[in-house]
Amino acid sequence: MDESIGKIKKEVSENNVVLYMKGTSSMPQCGFSSKVAGVLNYLEIEYRDINVLEDESLREGIKQFSDWPTIPQLYVKGEFVGGCDIVTEMAMTGELDKLFAEKGIGFNLEAANKIREANN
Amino acid sequence: MAIEGHEIESLIREAFPSASIKVEDLAGDGNHYSATVIAKEFQGLTRIKQHQLVYTALKGKMDGPNGVLHALALTTKPLE
Repeated sequence: MDESIGKIKKEVSENNVVLYMKGTSSMPQCGFSSKVAGVLNYLEIEYRDINVLEDESLREGIKQFSDWPTIPQLYVKGEFVGGCDIVTEMAMTGELDKLFAEKGIGFNLEAANKIREANN
Repeated sequence: MAIEGHEIESLIREAFPSASIKVEDLAGDGNHYSATVIAKEFQGLTRIKQHQLVYTALKGKMDGPNGVLHALALTTKPLE
């Protein structure tokens, strides 16, 4: 288990945006993972997608690391942002793109505005 | 493995006695639910912390391969 925790720490510190998910960004294998990957893809965020289905110890390690029982899990600049519910809610309220802007992470502003308009 | 909606509600009720709790069965398979929890205990907490408190209340029902509850779409709000 320590090995996967070490791996996680390395990934979330070396990459601005990391999504631990089931499947990959282009081929998600779970509705919830697909929803979050879809939001990031739509906003044209550059992110590292990590498929937890390929490594059972990682799949359990990530839950321990964040004290969060489900997958997907989104990390921005090393900080756990949330799972599907929270990231979706943040996307709709505009909090998500605000967070990216604050952390200096590039995204498609037009796409972000479209999400906001559709939800307010 | 499955779980009943009322079981989810009573587990959350145990941790948040005065909260407003609404549990809905999303798929009829005892595995996909949504829950909306409005509780005074959430005041001042981040969304992540609020959700973590609810997951803790579920006492491992969601965890790991033997987690009986596969999907819980969770919405939490502090009681104003």
